[in-house]
Formats: sequence, C-alpha cells, structure tokens
Amino acid sequence: MKHLRKIRIVLSFLFFLPILLLFIDYTGKLPTQFHALLHIQWIPALLSLNLIVIIVLLVLSLLFGRLYCSIICPLGTFQDVLSWKTRIFRKKRKYRYTFTKPQNWIRYSILALTIVVFIFGSSFLVILFDPYSTFGRIISQLFKPLVIYTNNGLSFLLSKAGIYSLYEVKQLSFIPLTFGIALLFFYKVTEMSWNNGRSYCNVICPVGTGLGLLSKISLFRIKFDESSCNQCGSCAASCKSQCIDSKQMKVDDSRCVTCFNCIGACKKGGISYEYRFKKQAVSKSTDSTVNNGRRTFLLTSGAIVATAALAKPKKIISNNDSIYSRQPIMPPGAGNLEHFNAHCTGCQLCVSKCPMQVLKPAGLQYGISGITQPHLIFSTEVFCTYNCNICTTVCPTSALKKLTIPEKKVAQIGIADFRKEKCIVFTEEKDCGACSEHCPTQAVHMIPYKDGLTIPEVTKDLCIGCGACESICPAKPTVAIYVEGVRNQVKAKKPAEAKKFEKKIDSFGF
Amino acid sequence: MKRRDFFKSAAVVGLASVVKTSVFGSALSTSSKNPAVTSEPDLVAVMGGEPEVMLLRALKELGGIKNFVKKGQKVVIKPNIGWDRAPELAANTNPELIGALVKQCKLAGASEIIVFDHTCHDWKKSYKNSGIEDAVTAAGGKMVPGNDGSYYRDVEIPNGVKMKSNKIHQAILDCDVWFNVPVLKHHGGAKNSISMKNLMGIVWDRKTFHLNDLHQCIADIATHSKKPALNIVDAYRIMKSNGPQGKSEADVVMLKSLIVSPDFVAADTAALKLFSQVQPTDINDVRHIGLAEKSHVGTMNLEKLNVKRIKLN
Repeated sequence: MKHLRKIRIVLSFLFFLPILLLFIDYTGKLPTQFHALLHIQWIPALLSLNLIVIIVLLVLSLLFGRLYCSIICPLGTFQDVLSWKTRIFRKKRKYRYTFTKPQNWIRYSILALTIVVFIFGSSFLVILFDPYSTFGRIISQLFKPLVIYTNNGLSFLLSKAGIYSLYEVKQLSFIPLTFGIALLFFYKVTEMSWNNGRSYCNVICPVGTGLGLLSKISLFRIKFDESSCNQCGSCAASCKSQCIDSKQMKVDDSRCVTCFNCIGACKKGGISYEYRFKKQAVSKSTDSTVNNGRRTFLLTSGAIVATAALAKPKKIISNNDSIYSRQPIMPPGAGNLEHFNAHCTGCQLCVSKCPMQVLKPAGLQYGISGITQPHLIFSTEVFCTYNCNICTTVCPTSALKKLTIPEKKVAQIGIADFRKEKCIVFTEEKDCGACSEHCPTQAVHMIPYKDGLTIPEVTKDLCIGCGACESICPAKPTVAIYVEGVRNQVKAKKPAEAKKFEKKIDSFGF
Repeated sequence: MKRRDFFKSAAVVGLASVVKTSVFGSALSTSSKNPAVTSEPDLVAVMGGEPEVMLLRALKELGGIKNFVKKGQKVVIKPNIGWDRAPELAANTNPELIGALVKQCKLAGASEIIVFDHTCHDWKKSYKNSGIEDAVTAAGGKMVPGNDGSYYRDVEIPNGVKMKSNKIHQAILDCDVWFNVPVLKHHGGAKNSISMKNLMGIVWDRKTFHLNDLHQCIADIATHSKKPALNIVDAYRIMKSNGPQGKSEADVVMLKSLIVSPDFVAADTAALKLFSQVQPTDINDVRHIGLAEKSHVGTMNLEKLNVKRIKLN
C-alpha cells in the first residue's frame, strides 16, 4: 500500500515530462508521437468526441477516483512540483497542510457556468479553464521564451567564435492578451499551490470539480481504519487536497486527487485505499460557513464573463494593416470558423510547434470566445510553409483536422488580394516579382506589364493563402498583396503543370 | 591545343561508363600538371556528364582546385538552397555537385568547409530536403545556419549605385576563399537566377533589393569586394519555367551542363545563352547582367574571353 504514492509520482512524471518537452522543444527533433499523451486529456477528448478515451477516463475515474488529476493532467503535476519546491523556502516540515472546508459554491458555479456557456455556443470558459491548455499557455508563453532567449544568447556567442552547433531560433511573439492570461493563471496556480496544495484543482478547475462528482462514487477511495487510527493528524498534514478531517476520521472524496500521500504518512496503517462498499460509506462532508465576499465576486465576474462570451462576436478587425480589415486566417485543417472556434482550447501546442512562427495566439480577432486561439500573421520571411503540416498533426482537440502533406498543399486557408496601385512595379516602374517568386502554387504569377516589365496577377482558386507573397512584399507602408482569411476552408485547385520541354539540347548556345 | 587533343584521344580510348569517368578525370588531373600551361581559360563550359565528373573536368581546366584553395584555408560554399524542394525539381543547386566540391576542397587541405544559404523557405527543411545537408556532411563539410540577422555583419558597398550597404553573412566575410554555386533557373522577378542573383543568399536584408530596383541592387551586391573564387553554375537540371520555385518536374530540363568562371557577368551571360535554347530570354530583360557590366563587375562579351567548351560523351 505504501508504494502507491511512489508509483503515482513516477507515473505522473511519465506524463508530465514528455508533455513539457513537447511544448518546450524548438528543434523539431522530439518525436511528435508524444502528443498522444494530449489526446487522453479530458477536455481535448471531450471536444473531439473521442469516445474511446472518454470511456476509458470515465471508467478510470469511477474505479479509482481522480487519477486524472494526480497523474495525467500536466497542470496537476506542475502544481505538485511547485508546492514541493516551496519546501526550499519554508521550514523543513514535510507535512504542512490542514483540513479546509470545500468551496462548493465557487467550484460548482464555475463548472456550471463553463458548461452553460459552452452549450450556448461559446468555448470562452472552456478555453480559459481547461487545465491542460492552461498548462500549455503557461509553458509556451512564460517558460519557452526564456529557453529560447538562453539558446539564442549562447548560439550568438558561439557563432562569433565560428561554432554553429547551436542556432538562432525565432522567438515566440508577444501577444499581450495571451501573455496576460498565461501570467494570471500562472500567478493564481502558483499562489494557491504554494499555500494550499491542490486547492486550484478543487476550487477553480472545472475538470477537477467534475471528476470530484465521479470520485464521490468511485469504487476505490481513501478510507480511515477507525480501529488503527490514533488521530495523530499526519494524514491530514500530508494531504495536499486538504480534504482529510482526521478529527472526524473523514475524507472528502470529491476533493481527493488520489495522490496517496496520506497512506505514506500514516505510521499506523490507519488510512488506506479501499473498495468503497467493503464497510459502511462515509457520509460526505458539507460546509456550513460560507465566504460571501468571494461568492459575490465570482457571481458578478461570472455574469460579466458569460454575457461577454455570449455576445455575438463583432465584425473582426485586425492587426497591423489598419487600412485592410480582414477575416482572421485560421490554421490549415480548421475546416470552418464555427467548428474551429468551438473546438480549439488555445493550448498553444500548434503555436509552439510552428517552425515558421506564423501561428500566433489571437487577441480579439475571433471575438472574445476565441481568445488565444491560433491564427496566422505574416511578417517578413514569416509565412506558412508549403511543405509542412505539423500544426494539423499535433492538435489534440480536433479543432484542426489532420491533413497529409498533399492535402495541406491544397488547403485554402485564405486568398491573396493584389492591390496594383501599391505595387512597386506600378509605383516605381521597376521589376520586383518577390510575391510571385515566393508563391508555391504560382497562383501569384507575373504577366507582361510594359517595357519588358512584368506585374503580378492572382488566380484566386489556386491560392492557398500561405502568405508567402504578403510576407515578402516590399511595398511600404502597406503591402500590395495580402491574404484575406476564409470562413470555410476549401480545397484549392491544383496548379496546372508547365509544358514539358522535349527537345534535346546538345550545344552550349554560345 | 595539346591538352584538347589529348582529351580527345583519351575520350576515344576510354570512358567505359559514366561512373568510371570520375576516376578517369582525377587520373588525368595528375598527368596534366603541366607547368608550361600559362593562361587558364576565363570560362569553362562542360556538357554531358554527371555533376561530379563535370566539376572535376572544369576544375582541371582551371588548373585544379589547388589553384583556388590552399592548405589550411577556411572555405565557404554558397549554393542556392532557397527552397524546400527535392533535387529533381532543380529549385536548388544539385547536391552531388556541392558534395563533390566539398570533397575537392577537403582534398586541397581546407581546414574548414562551410556551406550555407539565407533560405526563403524554412532553412532546416530546405537544407535537408534539397539533399545538400546530407551531401555536405557526408563529404566532411559543415552546414551553417543563415536564418538570423545576428549571423550577418554590416558591409559597405562603395561601388553600388542604388545599394550602398547591407549585411553579409559572417561566414563569407571571415573565410579565406568562397565559391558561388548557383543553379540555372527561370525567375519570375529577376527573369533569371544565375550567379549574381544567388548573392541575395549571402545578404540579410533582401527587401531592400525589391524596394530599390531589384536588378540594380543585384548588380550592386556583385561589386562587393569579397568576390568568390569561382562561380560554378549548375545546369545539370535547369528550371525553365515557374521559377524560382517551380511547380513540378515539367518545369525541369536536363542539360547536364556546368559553367564555371570567376567572372560573374561572363558566367551569367553564358548561362543565359544556354538557357535561351530552352526558353528564349532577351539578355536585356535580365537587366542586372548589363548593369553589372556597367559597374565593371565583368564582361558580357564572351568573344573577348578565353572560353573552353568541353563535351563529354
């Protein structure tokens, strides 16, 4: 029984480390198969209606309680690491928790609100509260940039010495809103786990709360052996969920994350992990005192958020080019806007994995329900690589459907629009053709203009919206060719092949 | 003429197979070390062999690799690796040619052989899928990234007409000798991409080219003082249309040719003439060639040059 805790710790790191590396890795060397670990996260599985995973997770919870929280969820393990680390800063006291009352009102409100808002068609709260996605945002927005800075600093110094074993990596772009959300949640998670173990999981996290409902009836649960227990309180002091009341010899199953710390802490064998129906069930605890201030805060903020989320997203006006209002450009495989917005949790995995860093978390481009969902922003030498489908292969939530490379090559995510009056060929009467040069499908091609000059022309149904043309257009201050996003991604036409040259050349021609 | 006669007879005698020619070529290079040969040709054009065979032959005509690379020198090779495309699509320089050149530099005793390009597509994919990374690594060279501004240093281009400064990759600036190894291609913007157009891969700021008269800027960068020892124009496969990326193999024509010259303008002129047999192109439309001649980068007048044309069969 005592080794359950060790098994839990080992298993949790087997989940945590690959997921962490998946977000951090910028070399592309890490096998992307690791993302299988993301498909067994609760929210991604629910959103993609992955029935097998849902059933497995359900059965797991009904049998063993909240193993998801203690082993599978990366944010859970992240909190364990944080609260374990706080030992450095506090007195050497291994066990330090005390029993607290559950915050039922808050946690059930968040759960209910999240569900209601989602049913009404906004994934805003799902995005905000999904623990896996929160973890993804914290790592990709706060930690990965530090790793990249370190890499780039070292690579810079080494390259000056003629050593190129490291190389410069594009830094993730700073999107204030996404960064702010990541920071807020990082702060909240850190603060709560610093002082109160897993209280984030039991107060804020709707997945935790939902699983708490299941673990109330799980087949196995933590249970006092009243004959062996001497009420020393070691178990309660070791309980990071603060759900063990050693005086009453009761465990609040709904908050227990089955970490097995208590079993390890008990010297008497007075607490164990047992079949629920072996003896009489422990009645669940209910709280009598309430924290009104917090409730009011949550109620009001919940109401505000819900109203905001339910409000129809307005006509989306974008980013750097003030004169062009445009539809945001969804990543390939998104299908249509409604599907994408409803299924993406903004976990930032595709953003982290995008080798060109063309995917960026949205601010309000998709409306408030689409905060942190990825969209494409083109800038110099930053566009969607023709021969790349990585974002579609890593998405755990089915927001992006997996595309093969040939499918991706005709996936129209946007359509280029050419403004002749801004074009260098028109304004300067000089050759340019940078857009056509970069166009992988020759949807943008050069046609005769005048005096031997050629000027771009766009064949819209060949265009896949990769943005190579926009990224390289030198026209200032606004580009002469830019990509407008589409609401429904369709297949672009395959470019026609050139006429083959069959004659044999056997002289130099000079 | 002695050498030419010698080759002719050698060709009649030998050449059991194409593969054997490389052995044959290197055997010749030792036998033809003739101190009496005073003037090397200004331009060598070879046709009808595999990339390595043609390279060895061209180098031999030019006095061997040792004429260019001395023992212990740092060498840079700058192919066109702009695109994430397979070698068969001729969007990038032929990997076998690059591998063979690395090998030659190694044999000449180079202390370090660096290969890079400022790619247009994702550099890692381009290096890999062009086949160049593998060829270079196998031959003992080193691929170096060109994807970040921090690798580039400010340079003056005093003889530039439109472009007076830019940033050039430190590998080029710090090396002892470098080779410019473009592939011969059609190009939507510059009309043709040959050796001078390939220089856009040694600079950081390319937008300024497009912004300030592309052709003049290409000619301007060719006036920079750190010139390549040789321009080795890969015309084994050329891209006749839809350049510089190409759509499919229908854009590709096998010419099995190689044009080598230290003179940018001459190399580009000759290469364009070769290209024009497939896709007629007016040299005046490829304005940077004429502009570079005007800036005294080289000559378009091939008649004035000692041009060596070699057909392998």
